[in-house]
Amino acid sequence: MSASTRDGPVMAWRRRNPVLGFIMAQPLGAAGLVVILVMAAAAIFANVVAPYDPEAIDFLAMLSPPSMEHPLGADAFGRDILTRIIYGARTALTIGFLSSFLGCTIGGLLGVTSAYFGGRVDLILQRFVDIVLSFPIIVLALVVVAVVGHRPIMGIDLNLIAAISIPIMPRAARVIRSAALAVRAMPYVDAARAGGYTHSHIILRHMAPNVLAPYLILLTAYIAQAILLEASLSFLGLGVSEPKPAWGLMLSGDSSNFYQEAPWMILFPGLAISLAVFAFNLFGDSLRDWLDPKFRT
Amino acid sequence: MTDHINSRNFSRRTALALPALGFSALSLPGHARAQGDGPPRRGGTLTYAVAAEPPTYDLHATSTFAVMHRVAPHYSTLLRYEAHNYPNVVGDVAESWTAADDRLSYTFKLHSNIRFHDGTPLTSEDVKASYDRLRAPPEGVVSNRLPSFQQIAAIETPDPLTVVFRMKAVDASIMDTFSSPWNSIFSAARLRADPNFPARNVMGSGPFRFVEHVAGSHWAGERFDGYFRDGHPYLDGFRAITMSPSAMVNALSGRQIMAEFRGFTPNERDRIVRALGEDSLVQESSWMLHMILTFNTKQKPFDDARVRRALSLAIDRWGGSQNLSRISQLGQVGGLVRPGSSWSATPEEMQKWPGYGRDMVANRAEAKRLLREAGHENLTFTLLDRNHQPYVTAGIFLIDQWRQIGVRVEHQQAELSAWYAAQGSGNFSALVDSFTQFSDDPTNVLVKYISSDRAEINVSGSTDRELDRLFDQQASTVDPVARKALVRQFETRLFDESYAVPILWWQRIVVMNRRVRGWTMAPTHMIYQDLGDVWLSA
Amino acid sequence: MLAYAARRIALMIPTLLGVALITFFMLRVVPGDIVEVKMRSDGGYVTQELLASERARLGLDRPLVTQFGDWMQGLVTLDLGTSMWTGRPVAEEIGVRIGLTVQVALMAAVIAVLIAVPLGTISALFRDTWIDYVARIFTIAGLAVPSFWLGMLIILGLLTVFHWSPPVTYTPFFESPLKNISQLIWPALAVGYRYAAVVARMVRSSIIEVMKEDYIRTARAKGVFERMVVARHAMRNALLPAITVIGLEFAFLIGGLVVTEQVFNLNGIGRLFVEAVSRSDFILVQALVMLLAVVFVSMNLIVDMLYGVLDPRVRHG
Repeated sequence: MSASTRDGPVMAWRRRNPVLGFIMAQPLGAAGLVVILVMAAAAIFANVVAPYDPEAIDFLAMLSPPSMEHPLGADAFGRDILTRIIYGARTALTIGFLSSFLGCTIGGLLGVTSAYFGGRVDLILQRFVDIVLSFPIIVLALVVVAVVGHRPIMGIDLNLIAAISIPIMPRAARVIRSAALAVRAMPYVDAARAGGYTHSHIILRHMAPNVLAPYLILLTAYIAQAILLEASLSFLGLGVSEPKPAWGLMLSGDSSNFYQEAPWMILFPGLAISLAVFAFNLFGDSLRDWLDPKFRT
Repeated sequence: MTDHINSRNFSRRTALALPALGFSALSLPGHARAQGDGPPRRGGTLTYAVAAEPPTYDLHATSTFAVMHRVAPHYSTLLRYEAHNYPNVVGDVAESWTAADDRLSYTFKLHSNIRFHDGTPLTSEDVKASYDRLRAPPEGVVSNRLPSFQQIAAIETPDPLTVVFRMKAVDASIMDTFSSPWNSIFSAARLRADPNFPARNVMGSGPFRFVEHVAGSHWAGERFDGYFRDGHPYLDGFRAITMSPSAMVNALSGRQIMAEFRGFTPNERDRIVRALGEDSLVQESSWMLHMILTFNTKQKPFDDARVRRALSLAIDRWGGSQNLSRISQLGQVGGLVRPGSSWSATPEEMQKWPGYGRDMVANRAEAKRLLREAGHENLTFTLLDRNHQPYVTAGIFLIDQWRQIGVRVEHQQAELSAWYAAQGSGNFSALVDSFTQFSDDPTNVLVKYISSDRAEINVSGSTDRELDRLFDQQASTVDPVARKALVRQFETRLFDESYAVPILWWQRIVVMNRRVRGWTMAPTHMIYQDLGDVWLSA
Repeated sequence: MLAYAARRIALMIPTLLGVALITFFMLRVVPGDIVEVKMRSDGGYVTQELLASERARLGLDRPLVTQFGDWMQGLVTLDLGTSMWTGRPVAEEIGVRIGLTVQVALMAAVIAVLIAVPLGTISALFRDTWIDYVARIFTIAGLAVPSFWLGMLIILGLLTVFHWSPPVTYTPFFESPLKNISQLIWPALAVGYRYAAVVARMVRSSIIEVMKEDYIRTARAKGVFERMVVARHAMRNALLPAITVIGLEFAFLIGGLVVTEQVFNLNGIGRLFVEAVSRSDFILVQALVMLLAVVFVSMNLIVDMLYGVLDPRVRHG
């Protein structure tokens, strides 16, 4: 992977056309990107693409196997599974992106701040990071959800997003901090301080842009994590609420009850989760190799 | 009663549950036939599943089956329901009894040969101590059904084998209180030493002695040789294994357990029957358990009866019953008392209630009209629900029904504690609730719907003195015909106001291994659990 | 080395104290408690006074600071308190379940190592060939497939193909190894796949790193067979980061079992945790969170110590 990035023609492509350069250097990553884009398009245009209303009950179609009318079958309420998977992409990508964005941004800022000030601030922030890191991810998210409950606003559960972003923060803070330490050592940071700029100005304008590469890598990687976490929480009945379509939710409760009679109820939503996470991982990995061959998690 | 334990044929279900998978339709043995064929056989250990861990061992303090299904075999009660003949009442520790003509006193003669598991005899003192604990619990003791003992004025014990209950007023449901499986008889001596003794210890006079309880794993009992009914129990012992409902299906299918006594979903039933074939035994009944849609009548716009009625009108109960009963434990359409019970309205009577008419087009039009009149055409609100089945099924169904009259509803699925907390603080708009009792007696059931200042169990916050008046009147009416008429009046009044309305009643589907004999099916999962008559065929 | 260990252990204390503080107060800011769940379930009829007296009995009416103090005092004396649901000591509740969870985790770890080490090594040696691509897709997929879904597929597969489902009641290993394994191997496989994927990726990248190092080049130049080089030098050094990941993931795995135990109906720590959360049995929840945090922190420590032992270069780090 990183070997090919050193090739001359690829480097040339990379300068002239970053998108094509990425595709040539990272075919696997490009494949991941395509899957992500298809999912995003499905999510955005769900009401056009999806054949049915995701929440409408149709007793006549209860537990229908895959057919012309219902390509992926129907669930116990006769709701079309393809439709629910398409709308589920909306849920997964929204929650995945927002949680990862929130977690990586807040965590990243903490990391940069920690690196910039060093000394006592660094020590305190790192202790705090240690504390939050000591909670297993799912356990932390589960307790947070159980504690704060659900607050859906325009169909998006803000509390769920918060619960998923909290375990991401310390992890992002850790990685960004180590990248920012290198930036901190650059002479221009000290120059900026001497120039009388405020701390926040230096952090946001001088340091943050220089850790953008690891930030983007983390952002993609944690979207995958967030999607998985949302699916797990929904599976446990603590995530998205019925009748909202969400992949993890489609696997929970009733569907496990219909294992044998209607395997399509568990097969397709699980495939959707796996494919989405797979695509983000593939893309994230390649992005890492491409943006910064030296950077390793 | 038994006519409600139906034996449906399997073909309809098979057609529904096994589309396209090519399972060959089994000729279905499953359903209940005469039980107890042949003379009972002694010996063997009954293994069965219980879905939850018990929060206490004290039957007086709790109302969950998680305690009943483990603890019942260890205790006796004053009276009990006759096996295979619900709701007829027979004696348990009482050999015979008489009621005074004015129904203000009841005298019980006890069996003389009853011993507790520690060898001490059970006397009238023990009955009195247990009922005193129930009606006036000492400091630190919980009595879960306190109101049902309200009318008992005094308990006297003229001799060791005679107990007299003196009443303050006529209580039409007192026989159910005496037969209640929750009102177990504890040892007076043990209670004197520690009023909370039963919370952590098991020492009764029932057919089985307590052996052990391993948290999260199992509860075991063994035959009590000193049990006062000759020849009983038949079993050497029992083992109640803790497992989740989905695991039960596999365990029963794999012959790792022999029974589960609460109930399965139709689909779980089919899976077990398919696995066990000839060895499965299915028994079905309606269930004294119903799903309720409760509005917060203190919150706008649910303080407006038109809005509440409109939302109730929009629910296609008959269609829901027919279809949801195929995928969940939701079952029949009913009013406030169990459909099919002697107190219940006929389907024709029901169809006159708002939301029970069969013409859904008309219902929805009327619902829309009511909302328009109330000025809430584009109503949106949040429905509070539990995150359990079949609550979630009911919630999904309701939201879809309301979507069809243009009402948008968010579904909020809460953990149990948050669900209770919201009820307590009145911090909800509408909620999916349920109510269960161990008997069909109207007093036991209607209490859920009287004014909330009289019954905390009514969480709608409503105050309706007319309902209270009808409730009190039926509670002291002994003549069943007159009482039934009062129940009808109560229902009519309630549906006009719709503070809280039934959604659907549950169906009880018990599936067990055919080897289990002598057990009695009933419309409640709280009775017939002492296992004294149960035996295992070879 | 000893001083380093002592310093690390001393650092664990403020971390764990922080975990305790956060857990304790987070659980108690919400409305709703166990008393209602306990007494009102299945249509119980209880008065407010009764609820209040039960709260008092459980000590829930005392100031939070006092309750926290009590808990801390208990922790110091290794008394985890009493479950508010069952009334039995928390240590007992955990004790009867932890064996199963640890066994599944250990089996998953073994499965992971058995798959990951050869897979990662092959992938590194045949880097950028189709073998590598297949191996990488297999590992990236391992990170993508939710273990609870994989568990469902395993059960479904066993049912469809063999008409058999794993036993649902737990048999201790020493009672009947066969029964025990036939129940626990499936969840171990379901969680082990992800575990294997993580470790394989680490093995692959560290072998690639090590192969670049000077002493390997020297060894190669001396004409030793490449295979020997790999075996002797690369493997030993490449295993260090792999051990780190195995250790750290092990702690995560116990958390990950929270979901998978539901699928397989295992009476382990994970299910206990979910049940405790759903009943608001705070005493039990906080004890379990502490337990998992302690496992995680100690695993970190052990990994670091091992690192020091195996690689003299980091001993003074």
